[in-house]
Parts: sequence; C-alpha cells; structure tokens
Amino acid sequence: MKKNDWLLFGSVIVIACIILSGYRMFTTKGTYVEVVRDGVVTERYRLSEDIEVAIETAYGINVLRIQDGYASVIEADCPDKLCVKQKEIMNAGESLICLPHRLVIRVIGSEKETEIDAVAG
Amino acid sequence: MKKTAYMGLAVAAALILSYIEMLIPFYFGIPGMKLGLPNLLVVMILYLYGWKEALAVNVLRIVLNAFLFGNMYGLFYSLAGAFCSFFIMAFCKKIKVLSMTGVSIAGGVFHNVGQCIVAAFVVNTVQIFYYLPFLVVAGAVTGLLLGTAAKEVIKKMKRET
Repeated sequence: MKKNDWLLFGSVIVIACIILSGYRMFTTKGTYVEVVRDGVVTERYRLSEDIEVAIETAYGINVLRIQDGYASVIEADCPDKLCVKQKEIMNAGESLICLPHRLVIRVIGSEKETEIDAVAG
Repeated sequence: MKKTAYMGLAVAAALILSYIEMLIPFYFGIPGMKLGLPNLLVVMILYLYGWKEALAVNVLRIVLNAFLFGNMYGLFYSLAGAFCSFFIMAFCKKIKVLSMTGVSIAGGVFHNVGQCIVAAFVVNTVQIFYYLPFLVVAGAVTGLLLGTAAKEVIKKMKRET
C-alpha cells in the first residue's frame, strides 16, 4: 500500500468518526415513532407505549413492535428481511428501513422536525 | 481467446463469491452493510485487462446473481452501487494517484454511497443518510482488505505464468 492509499483510508475514517462522534454528542432519546410510506408520514406512535401493529403497504406487510422504549420490525413478507435483522432503534434519527416495501420507520425526538434534520444531516 | 476464457472464469468466481457472501453472517444491524467479496474479481480484471472488461464482468455477475440467488428489486439496487463504485475505481486508476489497494478502498466507499443514494430515492426519505458514516467506514475497511487480496492474487498469477 502506498502513501496516498493510507491518506485516503485515514481521511475517510477520520471524517466518518468525526460525524459519528457528532451523533454521540447530539443524540437524544426519541419520543415518537413515525411510519413513512413512500416518503409520506402516515402514522405516529409514542415510543413509551407498547404496541404491535401490522403496517400494510401496496408491496407487503411489516409488523412493527414498540416495547420498553425500543422499536423494531418483528415480521415482514419482503424478500430480504433486512428490516427484521436490523437492530432495534430508540434514538432520534435512527430508522428501520424496508426497501422492497418502500417503508421507513423512524424515531424522532420531538415535534420540531428541523432539529432532527440538523442532527441527522 | 485466452482473454474470453479468463473473463468467463472471473464471472464464475465472482458468482461463487456472491454465494459465499450470502452464507457469511456479516451483519451489525446497519442496513445495507455488505462485505462486497465479488468486487475482488472486478478490481483484478480492472488491473489485468482494463475498464471495459471489468465493467462487463461487473454487470454480468450482478445480473446473473440476481437471477440465481436474488430478486429483481435487489438488481437495480446492486447495479446502482456497482456502477457508482466502478466509475470511481476506473477514474482513480486512470489518474494514477492511488495503488490497487487505494482504488479498491475508493470503490468500497462509493459502492455504499451509491446504494445509499438509490435507497433514499426508493423510499423517498433523506433520513437514510444517517447510516452513511457507518457504511463509509465499512466500505473503506472491506475495500482495504479486498484490495490487498487482489494485489496478492495478481502477484501469484504473474509468478506462475
């Protein structure tokens, strides 16, 4: 490996780590879980209330579970099941993503959208 | 003729690596994180023959992989990542600032950037970029490992012929 390769590798890692430590610093516990279908927010649940709902889209079904302040997808009929394998989420900015169903389930901190976008971006 | 045979071999090897990748549980709960083993062959062909040959191998292995093990929705998604990564690699090789490992690192990083962009378009949500830093680190690390492996394999091949 040449010097330039290390430079590239090092700078990529450093930049990513700076952003990630930014996440650490500004991470806030989420209060709401939003269901986003094809870019449109359709439902909103409180993270503090335990529920289990089936989310039906034109492409299939995902079952969302909120328990003890964590949200996760416990069941889905998509081909890759990546949303089920994803870790449960609880912090503002984190999301569960099901690409085949064009579905995003995201955690938001408060009503103020702009604040969250600043943290996520 | 020899070249055609070698490229066929490369596509076959890339497909086997795609299959092996499916068997390895490499999952840290981050959506879209992948080892990218088949990229080993793409990097090798890029250096052994050139960008046209590497692009052909790349497209063939993705399309065949989708038909053999995957699904059609995954096809466009992988193609996007692969094209993004491929053009960056071809460009980095051309400007000659990086060695094979560096080119592979750039490819790994941009594979994930490309997939993230397509994913954001598919679900119509920019919040997906939250995971980009994780994916970029993963891409850099796997790119480093695969680039090193590609270099060693090419060294061995040249010694034996």
